[in-house]
Amino acid sequence: MSTTGMLAAAGGSTPSIPAPHIEYGQLSPMLVVFGAAVAGVLVEAFVPRRFRYWSQVTLALIGLAGAFVAVVVLAAQGRGTTRMDLLAMESVAMDGPALFLQGVILLAAVVAVLTYAERRLEPKASSLPADAFAAQASATPGGEQERAAVRAGFGTTEVFPLTMFAVGGMLLFPAANDLLTMFVALEVFSLPLYLLCALARRRRLLSQEAAVKYFLLGAFSSAFFLFGTALLYGYAGSVKLGDIADVISGKAMMTPALLSTTRTDALLLTGLAMLAVGLLFKVGAVPFHAWIPDVYQGAPTPVTGFMAAATKVAAFGAFLRLFYVAFPGLRLDWRPVMWGVAILTMVVGAVLAVTQQDVKRLLAYSSIAHAGFILTGVIAVNKQGLGSVLFYLLAYSFVTLGAFAVVTLVRDSKGEATHLSSWAGLGRRSPLVAAVFALFLLAFAGIPLTSGFTGKFAVFQAAAAGGAIPLVIVGVLSSAVAAFFYIRVIVLMFFSDPKPGGPTVAIPSAFTATAIGAGVLVTLVLGLLPQYFLDLASKAALFVR
Amino acid sequence: MSALLTATCAVPAAGAVLTAALPAGSTEARRSTTKAVALGVSAVTLALAAAVAAQFDPHGDRYQLTESYSWIRSFGITFSLGVDGIGAVLALLTAVLVPIVMLASWHDADPGPAAPAAPATPDAPDGTFENRRRTQGFFALILAVEAMVVVAFYATDIFVFYVFFEAMLIPMYFLIGGFGDRAGGPESARQRSYAAVKFLLYNLLGGLVMLAAVIGLYVIAQDQGFATFDLPTLSSAIADGKLQFSGTASKALFLGFFFAFAVKAPLWPLHTWLPNAMGEATAGTAVLITAVVDKVGTFAMLRFCLGLFPDASKTFAPAILVLSVIGIIYGALLAVGQKDIKRLVAYASISHFGFIIMGIFALTSQGQSGATLYMVNHGISTAAWMLVAGFLISRRGSRLIADYGGVQKVAPVLAGTFLVGSLATLSLPGLAPFVSEFLVLVGTFTRYPAIGIVATFGIVLAALYALLLYQRTMTGPVKAEVTGMPDLKVRELAVVAPLVALTILLGVYPKPITDIVNPAVNATLSQVHRTDPAPAHPVAATSGGEQK
Repeated sequence: MSTTGMLAAAGGSTPSIPAPHIEYGQLSPMLVVFGAAVAGVLVEAFVPRRFRYWSQVTLALIGLAGAFVAVVVLAAQGRGTTRMDLLAMESVAMDGPALFLQGVILLAAVVAVLTYAERRLEPKASSLPADAFAAQASATPGGEQERAAVRAGFGTTEVFPLTMFAVGGMLLFPAANDLLTMFVALEVFSLPLYLLCALARRRRLLSQEAAVKYFLLGAFSSAFFLFGTALLYGYAGSVKLGDIADVISGKAMMTPALLSTTRTDALLLTGLAMLAVGLLFKVGAVPFHAWIPDVYQGAPTPVTGFMAAATKVAAFGAFLRLFYVAFPGLRLDWRPVMWGVAILTMVVGAVLAVTQQDVKRLLAYSSIAHAGFILTGVIAVNKQGLGSVLFYLLAYSFVTLGAFAVVTLVRDSKGEATHLSSWAGLGRRSPLVAAVFALFLLAFAGIPLTSGFTGKFAVFQAAAAGGAIPLVIVGVLSSAVAAFFYIRVIVLMFFSDPKPGGPTVAIPSAFTATAIGAGVLVTLVLGLLPQYFLDLASKAALFVR
Repeated sequence: MSALLTATCAVPAAGAVLTAALPAGSTEARRSTTKAVALGVSAVTLALAAAVAAQFDPHGDRYQLTESYSWIRSFGITFSLGVDGIGAVLALLTAVLVPIVMLASWHDADPGPAAPAAPATPDAPDGTFENRRRTQGFFALILAVEAMVVVAFYATDIFVFYVFFEAMLIPMYFLIGGFGDRAGGPESARQRSYAAVKFLLYNLLGGLVMLAAVIGLYVIAQDQGFATFDLPTLSSAIADGKLQFSGTASKALFLGFFFAFAVKAPLWPLHTWLPNAMGEATAGTAVLITAVVDKVGTFAMLRFCLGLFPDASKTFAPAILVLSVIGIIYGALLAVGQKDIKRLVAYASISHFGFIIMGIFALTSQGQSGATLYMVNHGISTAAWMLVAGFLISRRGSRLIADYGGVQKVAPVLAGTFLVGSLATLSLPGLAPFVSEFLVLVGTFTRYPAIGIVATFGIVLAALYALLLYQRTMTGPVKAEVTGMPDLKVRELAVVAPLVALTILLGVYPKPITDIVNPAVNATLSQVHRTDPAPAHPVAATSGGEQK
């Protein structure tokens, strides 16, 4: 791109800052979501308590649907293929991957909001329906104030605007075209998630502990990302991804300042490594995965589903953009490291999952293993790899949302019964729910005719075409290990005798039923007839620079 | 483009969905409806598979009745079906065995006294929900297995084959784990789920290794301009030298494919899941495993390993022959030592699979047509043997050989049909397996005399285990628990009669099958660039002559 920004900084004689030109139309998906989030805050402030739940649910769903329509319209205009562009002073990219991932994030968010809105699973609190979130977040767990809040039938409807802010950040993250915008987006979606993690109605201490862990480690990783950004600015004199790529490839005009900073690669490589640490933390790759099991277990299950699906999509989107747009020239430097990370992630995720006794932790380790599978596609660094990762993210997010939605249904008197032993014999008590969960597990395991298989085939095929045969072999072997623990749950559900006094399966309202139905539908369609979506992903697999 | 092949696959698939969706209930009438529907569907499938075999012209093209539908264009995958002689015969075998297995398993999925009555719960007023849906589930799963196996036999697209090869594990897994043998004792539930998991993990590992090979094959082919999974295209490109693999690549890919098929078949030392699975499953499911699903493994060795990697096949043939001979002897020895009837049949099957694989990799025309014939004959004779054993076990409630004695005095028809099954297993001349075993041995001997000689001991051991089993259970003084054991009922006779008839018929007159199979075998051999060795001694020459 241009080096005007740098020149201006070096020259120091530009008198005025030009007013930024903002393409509101093309930014509309984000603007709609942020608008709905702000409106949600106003609803919290001004709408009487008894109307808040329905207003918030309606507002959130309308906001997300509106944004999705905007994405579809932009895609129909060819913004993802032929008319790609850089927006808002080149800080946001409008291209295929951005639009595709925004669409996936929005759909995942719709499904997640449906599971948030579920109020039939919890027993009623003083004859008012209750959801999965704390009655009053500020009350001490187990204290008098909390009991009073429960008696009064309070609810934390703030989760909806918080989620909308998070979604807005996630939409921006994979589209951000400079490191600072990327960092801002990272913070915008991370901060609401820290809060959301702490809002469980049951087991509140566990939930708050999860939130603190997530916040501390997340803040740490953000610091890494920011430090990396600073170092890269020091190296290339710009935070724009395109400018960094030009400096690395030697296409940029060399100024004395640049000549002195680019004399050694130390700044560049350290900066890149730090950015990678920040992003690998968000996608949950080994060795930056330690937070995932605790946070997934402690957070309210609907939030866990949302995080597991949408965060991963957004973070991999940014990951792809960073490595495909800014650092393709450094491929030889980062690929060996990423090979190691991918292999470790697949193996550690699969092996540690085998010993888990809690279904949410099991799904957490499975999500780590899946991050490894996705990384094999990222490493391919070709168009196939990009398309396959986009497809995988679509497939994976719906399976994950569906699986966590099923987890919310299996309950005993203490709330969700997540210990695996209490899932014994579920297939005999509720064959339908068990069969649906088995379908999701088979999709995680990558059994043919499910979306998981198509996705895995696509990334492995791209990796093999990119010459990463050993990665494919490790991937295949760790899939076999992973299959073991998915199968173990199926055995438990179908072939073990139910325990007396074990959990029952609650009958959900239409919200959760729709969410699970969407998961099943996408899992089967992407498994049986994936051609349209593979085409879409492959058409979208082109970054603008 | 006729849609006969698709129909043959689609009917059992639709039947599975239909059967699963039939109204639940534990009343006898509801269950009978379910069973009748499932049996009807399998009869229609049999008619269609027979029509496919009848329309197949042995002297026509290699693949006939071909159909192709676009499926996943991005990876060059088409839903392509087509039959060669081997596929047509094996699909027909499947379609013949499935209704027989259903009839034999008629009461296996009924809520019986062995299933502990669960306390009534609000969501399941008349016992557990599972009991009410058990029958539907069992028959739907059998039909699902049938549909997937038939697709695997008909598929001419490697990806389609792979998908169904893997996917059939899931219904099979539920059949093994969910509907076990009630004679297993109190520990049976645990052993059964162990057996089901072992079955699934072994086969899944095999399948995943094959997935890596499938991807590798595609990537290499794509580099050379063949972005397709179409088997005829790829194998003719390989034969013409337009598609070339480096030596290492071809060996690695061959091993990737072969590993999956060797687990499935199963070949020693990858066989250990089979005795568990066949021991714990119902007799009907055990027949599905050994006579139907495992045949996909040996079939795929012929079609994919030899068809795609002729050079690597030749390289590895001696090693595979050694493994298969070890399997023949090892399986037979362990069968001799078994105390459990069903595990004995399982080890006998391992020995027989050794013969089949030996016939395939001897790379002679007698060996391969013998191996194909062996697949059919083993399916029929083992089905007869295993199902009669299942009837015996269901009467006494025990799988242990020691619990029986003198059955032929109280149930002569049962004993008589069991004897036919036993004699077929030991390849008595005049019964079907004899012809195929003889061809396999002759075919192996002409190229690898030493291996042929060692394998012959397998026949001696087969006589030992089959006759010892008969002697211990059927002859001798009548045991107290066996007294008053009822003889075969009409339903059971209907199961056994066609199998016994086929065993005798194919033993005397195997020509209909060899006629269909031989052109396909010769085509496979010519892909491997192997011709039969010059007839060095008269035995081989005359037997080869008889087959032509």
